[in-house]
Amino acid sequence: MIYDIEFETLPREALAAIQLRRLKATLERVYATVPFYRNRFEAAGITPNDIHSFEDFQNLPFTTKQDLRDNYPFGMFAVPMDNVVRIHASSGTTGKPTVVGYTARDIDTWAKLMARALTAGGATSRDIIHNAYGYGLFTGGLGAHYGAEKLGASVIPVSGGNTKRQVVIMRDFGPTILTSTPSYALHLAEVAEEMGVSFEKLKFRYGIFGAEPWSEQMRQEIERKLHLTAVDIYGLSEVIGPGVAIECHEAQNGLHIFEDHFIPEIIDPVTGKVLPYGETGELVFTSITKEAFPVIRYRTRDITSLNPEPCICGRTLLRMNKISGRTDDMLIIRGVNVFPSQIESVLMEIEGIEPHYQLIVDRADNLDTLTVHVEVSERNFSDEVKVLQQLEKKISYSIKEYLGVSAKVKLVEPKAIARSEGKAVRVIDKRKI
Amino acid sequence: MHVKQISVFLENKAGRLSEVTAILSEAKINIRALSVADTSDFGVLRLIVNDNQKALEALKNNGFSVGVTDVVAIEVADRPGGLHQILDLLHNAQINVEYMYAFVQQNGNHAVMIFRFDHIDEAVKLLEQNGLTVIDGAKVYTM
Ligand SMILES: [Zn+2]
Repeated sequence: MIYDIEFETLPREALAAIQLRRLKATLERVYATVPFYRNRFEAAGITPNDIHSFEDFQNLPFTTKQDLRDNYPFGMFAVPMDNVVRIHASSGTTGKPTVVGYTARDIDTWAKLMARALTAGGATSRDIIHNAYGYGLFTGGLGAHYGAEKLGASVIPVSGGNTKRQVVIMRDFGPTILTSTPSYALHLAEVAEEMGVSFEKLKFRYGIFGAEPWSEQMRQEIERKLHLTAVDIYGLSEVIGPGVAIECHEAQNGLHIFEDHFIPEIIDPVTGKVLPYGETGELVFTSITKEAFPVIRYRTRDITSLNPEPCICGRTLLRMNKISGRTDDMLIIRGVNVFPSQIESVLMEIEGIEPHYQLIVDRADNLDTLTVHVEVSERNFSDEVKVLQQLEKKISYSIKEYLGVSAKVKLVEPKAIARSEGKAVRVIDKRKI
Repeated sequence: MHVKQISVFLENKAGRLSEVTAILSEAKINIRALSVADTSDFGVLRLIVNDNQKALEALKNNGFSVGVTDVVAIEVADRPGGLHQILDLLHNAQINVEYMYAFVQQNGNHAVMIFRFDHIDEAVKLLEQNGLTVIDGAKVYTM
């Protein structure tokens, strides 16, 4: 099913024309109303009148997370506060939070985009949606909530946490769609098992998981344990929240970007050069319909590539591949670039390994050390020490083989690695540089 | 014939072993035999207990990774060369002993050893053919 059949299946030329028109209008508006953008454009010697094509557009300067922080809290808003009906903010674990605003029309746009996304992920108006994204300043909970209501589905606003109660609700209310972070989905499966509730007997058909990067192998793990079809959703509060891009359940192969609202680019994170389709680099977004908080060439720090191939679902929208890392998650270990997601892929290739791992980076005698903690499970445990040691060696060998970096592997007890109710802590970097 | 052995994965952290024994004692489970094999990072605790089902449940409920393995309890003559005779037999038949450990309790005037073999049925057959006593699981749990 396609929620907005007209805009999600536009011929590419028609889409480009709409994008360019909306882009010019956005540029004119931010130039007139946001001092930050006016100053940046002027410094680059460009005015909105100079932008006639996508090539011209690529001369505009980038916007970074730091720019948003520098204008904390409301400096990037393009409308008076009177017109702002909602404020969200990022958690701000590293520095000031980023604050974003929405007009009434923005909220409606967002709800429609989330309705599109839920539909692409398999939901219909007849579904009951168990929404375990956190409600609050984080955009996940309310974003999915408004989308579910726009779609006409029944939404259970359960939010994050209180997992045992969630399992009881899942058993008693019979929700058919699960929306949560992928790590929380696995946490739910664990708790349900402890409580003797079998996902096989629950009514879930589809799960729409996002807000943190996850691998193809983790998808298989989730689908096996939760007995549902798992799709990936992408979004970030700076751009609008969840609903920027969504995987269709038909293909489960890349996330369609809602290009009639957001223009994607892939750039080399070091040089800033725009890369062609298929090449991997940092994802950059420009919003072209938002009123309160437009962003121009915003660097997401997410690493992916764009795929222009037509899709079996009928959407003509570009697909971005699964996020393979973050420019700021990238670990440089003895000069080798390593993304935690790559380690996860290696682990999941090995029979019997659960996707519960943690990377500990340290420095001994001026040399970086990488220790990978992997939980022992019923599936890989043995009463023989040598079998467990072989498992450690096998993991260590695979990491060296695929990533070119030496790692010490340490088996740890089940649940030794802290499970968060939201995002999993995958890396502990103890290096003092 | 076989004896069920429970094995538990333990990180090498102070007090971890006593947590396991505390859990079992709380569940009123008697430990008949115990051995720990460890490396610098982790250990595997192996246990013979009087109630396998209860022990498994108690340990799983406390979040441990637990496995069950078939092992064999053999009477070893309490005299010089008693163990050597057994190992020699197995060696000649090319049956590997993965590990072994002693049972706390004697059976009459015999020592009892727990063996883990790669080929358990062959091993039992060989030992019995050579006049050794393999002790039944049910008996071992209550010795
Ligand atoms: Zn598709």
